[in-house]
Amino acid sequence: MEQIDKLKDFVINNFLFGKNNLLEYDTDFFEKGIIDSTGILELVCFVEESFNISVQDDEIVPENFSSLTKLNEYINQKLNHISDVIKKCAV
Amino acid sequence: MCGIAGIINLKDPIPISTHSIGMMASCLRHRGPNEAGIYIDDWAGIAQTRLSIIDLFEGTQPIHNENKTLWIVFNGEVYNYIELRRNLVGAGHKFYTLSDTEVILHLYEDEKENCLNKLNGQFAFAIWSSVTKEIFIGRDRVGKKPLFYTTHDDQFFFASEIKAIFSNSKIDRAMDFISLNQIFTFWTTLPGRTIFKDVKELPAGSYIKLKDNKITITKYWDFSFSNPNKDSNYTIDDIAWFSKELLLDAIKIRLRADVPVGCYLSGGLDSSGITALVNKNFNNELRTFGIRFEEEAYDEGIYQKEMVSNLNVNHCEIYASNKKIGELLPDVIWHSEIPLLRLSPVPLFMLSKLVNQNGFRVVLTGEGADEVFGGYNIFKETLIRAFWAKFPNSNVRPLLLERLYPYIFKDPKSRANLKSFFKLGIDKPDDPFFSHIVRWQNTSRIKRFFSEDISDEYQNYDPYQDLKENLPQEFPKWDALSKAQYLEMKIFMSNYLLSSQGDRVAMAHSLEIRMPYLDYRLIEFMGKVPSYLKIRGLNEKFILKKVFKDILPQNILQRPKHPYRAPIRNSLLKYKLKYVEEYLSEEKIKKYNLFNPSMVTKLKDKLTQLNDASEFDSMALVGILSSQILNNIFIENFHSKLIKPITFDVIFDRRSPVETESNYQLNQIKFH
Repeated sequence: MEQIDKLKDFVINNFLFGKNNLLEYDTDFFEKGIIDSTGILELVCFVEESFNISVQDDEIVPENFSSLTKLNEYINQKLNHISDVIKKCAV
Repeated sequence: MCGIAGIINLKDPIPISTHSIGMMASCLRHRGPNEAGIYIDDWAGIAQTRLSIIDLFEGTQPIHNENKTLWIVFNGEVYNYIELRRNLVGAGHKFYTLSDTEVILHLYEDEKENCLNKLNGQFAFAIWSSVTKEIFIGRDRVGKKPLFYTTHDDQFFFASEIKAIFSNSKIDRAMDFISLNQIFTFWTTLPGRTIFKDVKELPAGSYIKLKDNKITITKYWDFSFSNPNKDSNYTIDDIAWFSKELLLDAIKIRLRADVPVGCYLSGGLDSSGITALVNKNFNNELRTFGIRFEEEAYDEGIYQKEMVSNLNVNHCEIYASNKKIGELLPDVIWHSEIPLLRLSPVPLFMLSKLVNQNGFRVVLTGEGADEVFGGYNIFKETLIRAFWAKFPNSNVRPLLLERLYPYIFKDPKSRANLKSFFKLGIDKPDDPFFSHIVRWQNTSRIKRFFSEDISDEYQNYDPYQDLKENLPQEFPKWDALSKAQYLEMKIFMSNYLLSSQGDRVAMAHSLEIRMPYLDYRLIEFMGKVPSYLKIRGLNEKFILKKVFKDILPQNILQRPKHPYRAPIRNSLLKYKLKYVEEYLSEEKIKKYNLFNPSMVTKLKDKLTQLNDASEFDSMALVGILSSQILNNIFIENFHSKLIKPITFDVIFDRRSPVETESNYQLNQIKFH
């Protein structure tokens, strides 16, 4: 399963309780009332556990966490960053 | 006090049986355990179950006027009855009781519907004219006492509770899905509706006139804000002084009773203030009653103890364990007669039982202070959002919300998204629902759980449009705080706080609650006070705090506001309660077809697995479960709840002889 679909599955199951017709990749979680202030914490936990990354407080902003597309890009950046660091260490 | 009920013929004199009225009254026994009376003729039957508070020995109802052409059944209290009675006696009226009920009747004789403007109290009453065949039903200004009605087969039915109307098996008991939609938006139905399709509520501040088969409903009073934006001609000290005088008088007349009056004491500013004023000015042997919670986050015991020791009052408390709260929800739904989104009414249901067991029939409460004096967070949220709306791109202005909801934003991870959550509607500060749109939209998410049938049928229904059409004409002229106060009082206070969390859970155990802050004189006075004096900066209830500054300890005056709530997840899911499992089972969800079974299962599983539950998930759980309970006890299995018709202590039987039943009412006093 693609990374973004894994995210989509989580959001649909956890916040929409299986209702899958309300969420597109670019749907704004906040504008559409999909995730509230408590929900964002659940999403952060999921991202940290599933992708083995550490999310900093100042990264939890709408630019990274307000839609599946944005979240996916954010995770990619984090993973790329980690991979760059590993490569540098290896060198 | 009391429960009232009746059946009126609209076209022809269809025989009305004492059995039918007796069944209705029987459903209201908890509201009036002391005695029951009925008036019946060929066109009308009206009955009352009485909780005796004023004129214990002579106030038996129905009560009639001098020539026995007008008959009244009354639920509630008129606190200024002594003054009104004096005037009526002066005008030549002859009284045969000392009750407030008879005062209303004579006032109605003189002033017809205008009598309502002179009554200061909480009430719902019906006056039958046996001559003109007209019924007049009035309800108090803010809706402290309930009144429901319906028509069926050319008959008009009314009662203090819906279950009494449903005791007539011919009346259809079906859920109204528009009402369900409203509840899952506003936390309650809009004025006039109930959760049942065929049963209406007489809105607060309104009356019904029914004559010649024509029912008219007229509003005689509403909340109003006359000078919200203007500078005050009076100083804050003047306003606080006058508020205190009004509050003292509101308390004084609410202590009128021929039984002892106690106080609810939560430890918050509002109930502590009332208790202190009563104790210091009227009764220094006061009994107080409070709720303690198992979960520390909900408990206010420390403040209750401080007030008890400060005032040296005799205090009793109930311990609301999570398990008990969970177990009692079905009983509370039986009394509230509406789905709930919170469990807060349950501990109050427990508290009224304790008060009853202590021999009390009346308590004063602090209800209404937040609405009238500007205490709720939603008011401050409105002010902050209005401030933010002037510069919607500001990053600093929305941070004020953190001060308001420290418990939401205690985790720094939530902070950055604060703006996103509260920015809804920030570009529309003139929208009539600017103050409440965040709350209502968040609540509306529960509608995603609706079954396909309900979603499809009501997808075009717009609850906001419905509300918009019923706003007062002057509403657009008011400022943000006044609009927020109006919406809060008109919808949430009248239809939820005073009902599900007020009268209904108190009267379940024959307890009358009296609310001095909701004296209409105080409401009207505060409606004229400019908004900027109600909340100074983010200091809520500024005037009320001034009123109490020399009366209450600093710890109570300065304590952070603690919203009264009850735990949800741990009450409903931790103990695997049998009824919860049953009502949330796929089978029952499918059967009632209100909600999507797989979504409900996912919600339940999520809440069972997590250590903590979000506001939304908790609210959805209570909403779904309480709708299922209501469907079962009122629609599917209603008759199993019914008991025998009541035995009336007093009967005024004026039916034509041929229609009088012969084998009923053996032990009763009968008058003709």
